[in-house]
Amino acid sequence: MPNQSKGAKTMKETKREIMNSMRLELDAVSSNESFARTAVAAFAGQLDPTVDQINDLKTAISEAVTNCVVHSSTKSVLIEAKLWRESKKQGISVTVTDFGIGIANIDKALEPFYTTKPDQERSGMGFTVMQSFMDSLAVCNGVDCGTVVEMTKVFGTNRGA
Amino acid sequence: MQVRSRVHKNTLFISLDGELDEYTAEYTRVNLDKAMTVAQSAQIIIDLANLRFMDSTGIGVLIGRYKKMKDKNIPIYIANPSTQAERIFKMTGLYSIMPRRDGGVTYA
Repeated sequence: MPNQSKGAKTMKETKREIMNSMRLELDAVSSNESFARTAVAAFAGQLDPTVDQINDLKTAISEAVTNCVVHSSTKSVLIEAKLWRESKKQGISVTVTDFGIGIANIDKALEPFYTTKPDQERSGMGFTVMQSFMDSLAVCNGVDCGTVVEMTKVFGTNRGA
Repeated sequence: MQVRSRVHKNTLFISLDGELDEYTAEYTRVNLDKAMTVAQSAQIIIDLANLRFMDSTGIGVLIGRYKKMKDKNIPIYIANPSTQAERIFKMTGLYSIMPRRDGGVTYA
């Protein structure tokens, strides 16, 4: 099965100076969601984001981890985050990786209100919320080899420059 | 998560205190249903003043309650959402079925 990927490929990592990075691997259980979003938010706090920016980030992380817990059948979730800066801005890039069953149809999954579990009172808005609350979103996926969600949030001016 | 409710005049007020995500969704769902079944009221206001976090899982929980109360012709309103919850409500069109109506009471 060929890999599929979808989303904005606007990463310009080569120009970006990575200032700090973290890795967090945790069991794919819903009781870890609060910890996951709070940990990433605390890490991002080093860049002095606004309260709204922190809340956007927490919400997006929560959505991504929920997808892993509810849909992927993975045992663990790997969260990697990098704080970066480039000439005029700084921000955080986060990847949320699972080792589960993958997404059968990414185009469908990205559609607002689309859910594979309509009998479970699910909104189908997870990816839409991630797209809306973050500045970029990309999904890489291979059926039976997991899903990687990569998101970026820009926090504004690089104060160190 | 804590679900507190109080009937005031003809309105059932329910306050959600805590964080609403996948972990707390089932508890919230069960306790909202319990509060809504016990109380006899003409309308319901879900007060989010003390909700510190919500993601799209919360939308699923709220829409599920809307469907149950719609059968009984009891409207549900949303009060005092955070900026972040407000954005999710607008994005999902939730206000078209659960309009915003701010206000609250003192809960037990």
